Amino acid sequence: MSTITKTVPAAASKEAPAKHKKPPRSARARAERRLGWLLCAPAVIVLIGVAAYPICYSVYLSLQKYNLAFPHAVKFVGLSNYGAVLSSPYWWQALKVTVIITVLSVALELVLGMALAELMFRTVIGRGLIRTIALIPYGIVTVAAAYGWLYAWTPNEGYLSALFNNSAPLTSTVPSLAIIILAEVWKTTPFMALLLLSGLAQVPGVLEKAAKMDGATAWQRFTRVTLPLMKPTILVALLFRGADAFRVFDNIYILTDGGNNTYSVSILGYDNLFSALNLGVGSAISVLIFLCVAIMAAVFIWGFGTKAPGADLVR
Amino acid sequence: MTANLSATSRQKLGWGSANAVAIVVVAIPILWIVSLSFKTPGAITDPSFWPAQWTWGNYKGILTSSAFVRPLLNSIGIGLIATSIAVVFASMAAYAIARLAFPGKRLLVAGALLISIFPQISLVTPLYSIERSLSLFNTWPGLIIPYVAFGLPMAVYILAAFFQQIPWQLEKAATVDGATPWQAFTKIIAPLAAPGMVTSAILVFMFCWNEFLFAISLTSTTSARTAPAALAFFSGSSQFTTPTGPIAAAAVVITIPIIIFVSVFQRRIVSGLTSGAVKG
Repeated sequence: MSTITKTVPAAASKEAPAKHKKPPRSARARAERRLGWLLCAPAVIVLIGVAAYPICYSVYLSLQKYNLAFPHAVKFVGLSNYGAVLSSPYWWQALKVTVIITVLSVALELVLGMALAELMFRTVIGRGLIRTIALIPYGIVTVAAAYGWLYAWTPNEGYLSALFNNSAPLTSTVPSLAIIILAEVWKTTPFMALLLLSGLAQVPGVLEKAAKMDGATAWQRFTRVTLPLMKPTILVALLFRGADAFRVFDNIYILTDGGNNTYSVSILGYDNLFSALNLGVGSAISVLIFLCVAIMAAVFIWGFGTKAPGADLVR
Repeated sequence: MTANLSATSRQKLGWGSANAVAIVVVAIPILWIVSLSFKTPGAITDPSFWPAQWTWGNYKGILTSSAFVRPLLNSIGIGLIATSIAVVFASMAAYAIARLAFPGKRLLVAGALLISIFPQISLVTPLYSIERSLSLFNTWPGLIIPYVAFGLPMAVYILAAFFQQIPWQLEKAATVDGATPWQAFTKIIAPLAAPGMVTSAILVFMFCWNEFLFAISLTSTTSARTAPAALAFFSGSSQFTTPTGPIAAAAVVITIPIIIFVSVFQRRIVSGLTSGAVKG
C-alpha cells in the first residue's frame, strides 16, 4: 500500500503527458536525445541557412554603405542607414499605409470571419459545399485574384467601375487603399473563419443552452458566453493574420504598384533593392520590418497572453 | 407546435440565404476573371460582365507561348520538389517533437513559429545578395530552398499535432505479434501517418504555388520564374494591345489546380489549417 502511494504521484507528476512508464535510463535517454537531434537536423539546417543566417547578414549589410551600382565602394557606416530610413518621409508613409491596411483588413476579417464561422458551424445541409467554396479565395493565387480586381475597377473595362459611374478609384490614394483592403479581406476572410470555426466548435453547447434558459438573447449569448470562451482562438488568429497582413505585397504590387502613396513597407523595401539597388538602405528597411513584426508578436504573446501556437506540442 | 416549426423553418431559410450570399460573394470575382479570359481583344473595353462573343483565343495564345508555358512548368517542378523536401524534413522533425525527449525542442518550436510569421521581405535583400554570390540566383534551387524554409514550419506544426494523435502502442502490439520493426512501421505506422503527410503536402504546395515576392526577386528570366511572377511580366503581342485577355486566361489556368485541390481535399485542408495554428 505504502509503496503504491509513493510511486504513483511521482510518476504522475513527472511523466503525465509522456508515454513512458518509468523514467528512462540514462543510456536510453542519451540515445533518444541523439535521435531527436538527428531527426531535427535537416529542418534546423534549412531554417538557419535560409532565415537565421540571412537575417544576421541583413543586419551586417544594414551597417554598410553598399550600392549595387557602385559595388566597390562598400564601407562601414554604422547606424547611418537607419538614420536615413527613419528620417525619410517615405518610411513613415509606408509604415502608415501598412498599419492602416493591417488594422482595417484584420478588423473587417475578424467580424466577417466570425459571421462566416458561425454560418459554417450552423449550416447542416451542404456543409462540405460551403466549406469548399470558402476555401477557394484562400487557395487562389493572390496575383491572379488581384488582376481580377484591377480589371474590374479599370474604367471602360470593368464591371465594378461601370457600376460606379465609370469611376477610376485606383488613381487616388484613399479609394486605392479601400480596394487593396477589399482584395485582402476577400481573400483571407475564409482563413480567419476556419481558424475561428475550430474555436467555435470547442465552446460547450450546454453553456449556451443554459444562458438561453436563463433568458439571454442571442446577442447576449454571443457576447457573454461565446466570445469570452473564444478569446484564446481569436488572439492566435489575430496574431497570425496581423503578421501576415503586415507583409502585404502582392495585392499592392498588382493593383497600384505603390502609386499614389499606397506603398507598404514591403513594397518600399523591394523598390529600394531593385530600383535604387541600395543594399545597405534596403537591409536597414528589412531589419526594421522584422523588428515591427517581432514587437507585434511580443505584444500579443506577453501583453495579451496569447498562447503561442505549438506550445502544447512541447509540454 | 406550428409556431415552433415555422420558427425553425424561418431560421433554416435565414441560414440558407446567408449561405447563398457567401457563395455569390466568392463566385463573382472568380467568374469575372473567367469571363475576361473568354473575351475577344476588341471586347476587353466592353465593361459588361459576360463576353458578347466567346473565344478560346486567349488560352490558345498563352498555352503556345513560352512566356507562360515555361513558368508554368517551373511552378509545377519547383512546387513539387520543394513540397517533397519540406514534408520529408518536417516529418522527421515532427516525429522527434511528438515522440522523443531532447533538449532544444522548445527552441525549435519557437523558431518555427517565428519563421511562420516572418516578413519575407526581410529575407529578400540578403537572399538576393547571397544567391548572386553562390550562383543560385535565377535557378530552380534558388527558389526551392527558401520555399522549403517557409513551408517547413507549417508542415512541422501540422505533422507534430498529427503524430501526437497516432496510437503508437499499435507499433508495439504488432512487434509483440511477431512483426519486424520494419513491418510494424510500413504496415501499421506509415498508413496512419500518411493522411497527415498528405495534408501538409497540400498546404505547402499551395504556398509554393501562390508565392510571389521571392519569385519576382530571385529570378530574372523565364528559366526559373514561376507562373504568378510571369503574369506580372506579361506583355501584349504588340505594345498597343493590352495583355488583359492573356493575363486573365493565365490566371484561370493557375487557379484550376487550386479549385481541384480544395474540392478533393476540403476536409484535409480545413483540419490542417486549424490543427497547426489553433489547438487547445
